[in-house]
Amino acid sequence: MAVDKRVKDATAALEGVADGMRVMVSGFGDAGMPNALIDALIERGPKDLTLIVTGAGMNGSRLAMLFEAKMIAKVICSAARGRDGLTEMERQWKAGKVELELVPQGTFAERIRAAGAGIPAFFTPVSYGTPIGAGKDVREFEGRKYVMEHWLKGDVALLRAERGDRFGNLQYHGAQANFGPAMATAATLTVVEVKDLLAEGAIPPQQVGTPGIYVNHILALPDLRR
Amino acid sequence: MKLLDRKQMAWRAAQDIADGMYVNLGLGMPMTAANYTPRDRDVFYQTENGILGLGPSATTETKDLDLVAPGGTFVTLREGAALFTSVDAFAMMRGGHLDLTLLGGYQVSASGDLANWDTVGSDRAPLIGGAMDLAVGAKQVWVIMDHTTRDGEPRLVKICTYPLTATGTVNRVYTNMAVVDVTAEGFVAREIIDGMSVADLQAATGAPIVATSNCRVLTAPTIA
Repeated sequence: MAVDKRVKDATAALEGVADGMRVMVSGFGDAGMPNALIDALIERGPKDLTLIVTGAGMNGSRLAMLFEAKMIAKVICSAARGRDGLTEMERQWKAGKVELELVPQGTFAERIRAAGAGIPAFFTPVSYGTPIGAGKDVREFEGRKYVMEHWLKGDVALLRAERGDRFGNLQYHGAQANFGPAMATAATLTVVEVKDLLAEGAIPPQQVGTPGIYVNHILALPDLRR
Repeated sequence: MKLLDRKQMAWRAAQDIADGMYVNLGLGMPMTAANYTPRDRDVFYQTENGILGLGPSATTETKDLDLVAPGGTFVTLREGAALFTSVDAFAMMRGGHLDLTLLGGYQVSASGDLANWDTVGSDRAPLIGGAMDLAVGAKQVWVIMDHTTRDGEPRLVKICTYPLTATGTVNRVYTNMAVVDVTAEGFVAREIIDGMSVADLQAATGAPIVATSNCRVLTAPTIA
């Protein structure tokens, strides 16, 4: 049977998403943010999700709507504060309704990379001697102290890319890739919305940003950024 | 005695960004330093979302929605720019490949500890972003901040009381009163604003500070 990862709509793409799952969302600001898939996730309405995203959602963003819909039990992120006043995530965190795991952004990236690469833990100098590193295993290598960090896996990863083909190969534009390629490797189910889904043929091999082996479902969806 | 304003502080730091450097500028005042780097210097600015070689801010004509800098501004790319993933961007930092990071700060200690990500008693959720990775990974770490708090409390201190970002990594601090190196012997002022004595500077500093023998007057042009 020919490999074909295209799905007819976002509802079909998210069929495997259930309560309590760990959901990774790519995107830095709106670049690479799968806003249409987040809409579809809100529509589906699973609860008690762990949201794994670098920035936890400015007011007016679709990420903020996930909190308004009370779907999130825990957030793992590097930035939990909005630029423009208290966010819905912050309100729920202060009320004890949402748990927060704050991770330095490079450690966040590397933990996801490690999960996709089959490395359960690694040592990094980042956060040693700070409140974030407190209580973590410390080892010394060549006279410098490092803390142990564990891999970070997802049940689902939601991505946006510029182009895709039926094999699931992805091509990114501008600074859109950011966490997408790593998250695609670290999740059990990777769903990608693209601007252009090639009707025939494939992305030239040299231009593939994420190989299709990491992608489960792909579909063309409109760019719903703010 | 006139304190430097924020633009002048950014200008002063920018004069020390050398030709050929690969640099990451933190949000806020550090980022504005790029406007004041002398034009004859070829500098590559990096961002944590995967850009090496930021160009000028985008105009309506050049705006690309997927080319954003941390902080949310739309940017362009310079000749020779490269795009990559966040994993690569942080490997670049942590791996010691960046020549310099210029960061904002709340406190710097005499041993080079930096506190710049959370204040004590804040009612907001915390934000680290890329600050810890930059402060640990860049070859040189410079901090740009007011010399004291609004209440006159020193920000250059013996021991930081705010949550730490990294330990022992700050090399230099640009303040509205002085340019200060953080050395094995503690704070050493290289430049002090006109009319301020070393004793005055010491009074505004929370740890011992000395001046270099060739300490100069800290000046910066007035910037509109």
